[in-house]
Amino acid sequence: MRKIVLILAFFGLLILIAVGFFSQKDYEPTTLMKLKEKYSQKVNSSVDHSKFTSLQQNFSSPQQVTATCINCHNKRHVEVMQSNHWNWEREEYVEGRGIVYLGKKNAINNFCIGTQGNEQSCAKCHIGYGMTSEGMVYTDSTNVDCLVCHDNTETYVKDLEKGGAPVATLDFNAIAQSVGKPKLSNCGVCHFFGGGGNNVKHGDLDMAMFETTKDVDVHMGIDGAKLQCVDCHTTEKHNISGKVYSLSSMNLDRNTCEQCHTENPHDDNILNEHSIKVACQSCHIPTYAKANSTKMYWDWSTAGKLKDGEPYEEDDSLGNHTYLSIKGSFVWERNVVPDYIWFNGTASHYLEGDIIKDTTNPLVLNQLHGSYSDNESKIYPVKIHVANQPYDPVNKILIQPKLFAEKKGEGAFWKDFNWQTASEVGMKEANLPFSGKISFIKTEMYWPVNHMVATKENTLDCKSCHQRENSRLAGLNDFYMPGRDYSKIVEVTGVWMLILTLLGVLAHGAVRIALAVRSGKGKK
Amino acid sequence: MQKKQVYVYKAFERFWHWMQAILIFFLAFSGFEIHGSYTFFGFQDAVKYHNIAAYMLIVLIVFAIFWHFSTGEWRQYVPSFNNIAAQLNYYILGIFKNSPHPTKKTVLTKLNPLQKLTYFGLKILVIPVIVTSGLLYMLYRYPQRHGIEALNIESLELIAIIHTIAAFLLLSFIITHLYLITTGEKVTTNLKAMLTGYEELDEHNDEEKKSSSEKSE
Repeated sequence: MRKIVLILAFFGLLILIAVGFFSQKDYEPTTLMKLKEKYSQKVNSSVDHSKFTSLQQNFSSPQQVTATCINCHNKRHVEVMQSNHWNWEREEYVEGRGIVYLGKKNAINNFCIGTQGNEQSCAKCHIGYGMTSEGMVYTDSTNVDCLVCHDNTETYVKDLEKGGAPVATLDFNAIAQSVGKPKLSNCGVCHFFGGGGNNVKHGDLDMAMFETTKDVDVHMGIDGAKLQCVDCHTTEKHNISGKVYSLSSMNLDRNTCEQCHTENPHDDNILNEHSIKVACQSCHIPTYAKANSTKMYWDWSTAGKLKDGEPYEEDDSLGNHTYLSIKGSFVWERNVVPDYIWFNGTASHYLEGDIIKDTTNPLVLNQLHGSYSDNESKIYPVKIHVANQPYDPVNKILIQPKLFAEKKGEGAFWKDFNWQTASEVGMKEANLPFSGKISFIKTEMYWPVNHMVATKENTLDCKSCHQRENSRLAGLNDFYMPGRDYSKIVEVTGVWMLILTLLGVLAHGAVRIALAVRSGKGKK
Repeated sequence: MQKKQVYVYKAFERFWHWMQAILIFFLAFSGFEIHGSYTFFGFQDAVKYHNIAAYMLIVLIVFAIFWHFSTGEWRQYVPSFNNIAAQLNYYILGIFKNSPHPTKKTVLTKLNPLQKLTYFGLKILVIPVIVTSGLLYMLYRYPQRHGIEALNIESLELIAIIHTIAAFLLLSFIITHLYLITTGEKVTTNLKAMLTGYEELDEHNDEEKKSSSEKSE
């Protein structure tokens, strides 16, 4: 009797656990509900700019608009002019280098290489007007371009190669009266087109996101939360949070998923635990460049070929340039699986004039730091952009060529297609030595992937990493991961031990059976 | 020498044995999936089930330890080196010649010397190692800022490998164990005994057996 009760009690307990376990419903964690509520509330502006008479005057230049803005917002321009968005550089402490001012002004990338000498063209994406090579723009407050960020008509467009000036035919009254919080489109017009075309640089910032679905980005999808950039990239005194490590070095002012979703967003503790070592992005962004392709490889060495003396372009079936005389050849990819690296939020950069110590291996232009043993590091997904770009093999420095000029004969590569003169003029304008020799070197840039977050259903499953073959983390070997790693010796010894044991008992059993059969016959 | 049905395995003992068997099979199956040997449940579920089964096994072990000490049954597992050679000899040669078992099974000595030695090894080595490494595996926290510095373990590697070694050992024990079930008086004798508790044993030492088995009934 007693044992029946015992057994029944135990199985009762088992059934209870099983029922409780399997009947767990998928419920929405409360933080997510709160967030949905927060971001679905309509924001009513406390001010209607169209009623202000000062904005109804006839504007003849964008600078006039800025002056009018400053009339009321009489300290805002100071904030803007102290921001890295304006200055194209910021103060950073870099290990081994000390305090440096780092930004588009002095960093070299492996897309259009650098801004120096090419400011008039690059300024299409500067939040100011009147950019010249001399840098006059940075000190004149009426050159602050308020409208590029605050225009809410979505009609404001900057002109090409005009030092940051807008297209002259715009209706400045309508635009000035519409001003408000920056929309996705305000940020997107520049940040989706970095590198000279849509989605070229980031891979996770694509013009498709002007109006996209949850499949591409769960946050920005118009069928989802419809978040705007500034909902996450919050701003204080015109300093916008979040940074991209092509130009940033310090673990400061970063935007994280945790700032909204908390550190423990899952129901499952084991998943929450992963967040100690794995960034949310690693599982929640299975692929990037989901809507349009992104540039993965840029070979400057083929640039300059002409057909009948004229530059030309070649496109692939998706309309991506595979060759441009002005820029060289490209490889594009869509739905790219990211690379994964350890990253602790600090980086070091190749700056203009830095000596290249090792010219045999690819030169990393923005080394992201981190390792398993570093407590601050997590595994992040990155896009690695590779290029073959010009360098001076004698001085061992990267070449900043003169790319842009308004007319031929000034040495600009995009007009004259001559590496020699473009390098000479470019290096002179950048105040860098040039030996006269040009060679090409492989370089890499690491772009952390943060956008194009997938829906819950499309998130990576455990197996994507926890498997022996084709683990997404196959490249990160400084730690033991269950499912992927094992000790070869233990594995081989263990399996052989099992096989031999099995063979042993089978043989033993076979002999017994054989003998039993024989003795059975004998008895007969 | 007369044979008599004797109550050898008590209710709890059988319950413990079969529960343990189920759990260990399940743990081995889900464990080697986590190890990456094959896919069945899917990694996430395998981990979940493996952890639940692990805690169940630990609870069972705690009960079993209590039972063994409160009943004095633990003495069964104290290894004795007498007759080991004879027992080995039996498995290697005697069994094929239909020789009798060299050691007599009684309620007080249920285990032959080889079993004693094996189970003793399981109980003080393999099980503790697999449970401890398993607990460390589950409770492992990355060397992290929130933890206690002194308790940090730099890497999961050693824990995982020890856990794997123990799993291989246990598995090869199970294979042997399953086979040796068939080496009783008849092929099914041992299995039947572990299921019903009763086994036909030689009469000559039944006096004390009877009394002790009656007591525990």
